[in-house]
Amino acid sequence: MAEQAVTDTTHTYPEASDLRSIAADFSSDRQAFRNVSWGKAMMWIFLLSDTFVFSCFLISYMTARMSTTVPWPNASEVFALTIGGVTLPLILIAIMTFVLISSSGTMAMAVNFAYRRDRRKTAILMLATALLGATFVGMQAFEWSKLIHEGVRPWSNPWGAAQFGSSFFMITGFHGTHVSFGVLFLLIVARKVWRGDYEHQRRGFFTSRRGDYEAVEIMGLYWHFVDLVWVFIFAFFYLW
Amino acid sequence: MAQASAHGQGQQHPIRLYLVVWVWLFVLSACSYFVDYFQVQGLLRYSLILLFMMLKAGLIMAIFMHMAWERLSLVYAILVPISAVLVFVAIMVLESDYTLLSRVSFFVSGT
Repeated sequence: MAEQAVTDTTHTYPEASDLRSIAADFSSDRQAFRNVSWGKAMMWIFLLSDTFVFSCFLISYMTARMSTTVPWPNASEVFALTIGGVTLPLILIAIMTFVLISSSGTMAMAVNFAYRRDRRKTAILMLATALLGATFVGMQAFEWSKLIHEGVRPWSNPWGAAQFGSSFFMITGFHGTHVSFGVLFLLIVARKVWRGDYEHQRRGFFTSRRGDYEAVEIMGLYWHFVDLVWVFIFAFFYLW
Repeated sequence: MAQASAHGQGQQHPIRLYLVVWVWLFVLSACSYFVDYFQVQGLLRYSLILLFMMLKAGLIMAIFMHMAWERLSLVYAILVPISAVLVFVAIMVLESDYTLLSRVSFFVSGT
């Protein structure tokens, strides 16, 4: 038994990818997420908490929609646009989806070029991401003003259940706020990359810490999360 | 799964991988749009919406957010708590069924 115990403690767990490695990490009496920097771990934990926030919004929307006796407005018709005499259902939302997915694509490539120390390409791709994000917010502003013009309010709308308006403004508004802040932070990180802050070890304006190119990946995690949330909003609010 | 070496100098994957995932996300989004465009109804509509949603979410999380290459303890620490959301959904489905039943039996028939 004693010999067994000794061999166990000297045994360094290999990079096994099974439940045993998880147990070893969490019981190791030191940093649980090995090889994961604190910045990345904290961003993931923030994103988890944000997942719960958006889940609560979507669940409250589900509850309102399932429990109302009044018919729910048909999203396919509400969000239809007439372009050149042709009425297309949900077309604006579809374009917004493609814009946001494209911004995720450029962001993923920006992260890749950041780790290759290609400052120019990283900054350009991040600016492209910010531009697509701003386009998304602009289209959302157009959608909001169109619906408000048609008489949608948080407490009533011309087509059916009153909760449609409150759910719509709450969910898309909160998501749009996330996109807007994302654009802001993209511009800040893009400027730092462009200026070479992460190579010259320049201290940040807010935390006075020296950053490195992992900041681009952490920024990317946030941006992809915003896209991820839109996937669920698109499925549950617009298509369902 | 967990490539420890990938973290030393950051994630290194070919650009091609991201472009392929990008194209796939476009195709899947187009598919879910066509579910509405062709007015697919009933159980098929809901299962297609959920299928395309899960595939898109999986691709974004696994490839774009690099979860496929993260350490397993981080993956589980993030994904396991999300199952609480599913429990919450189940609770609220029961609750809203009950609310609807009360509304139908006490309010709608009375008017």
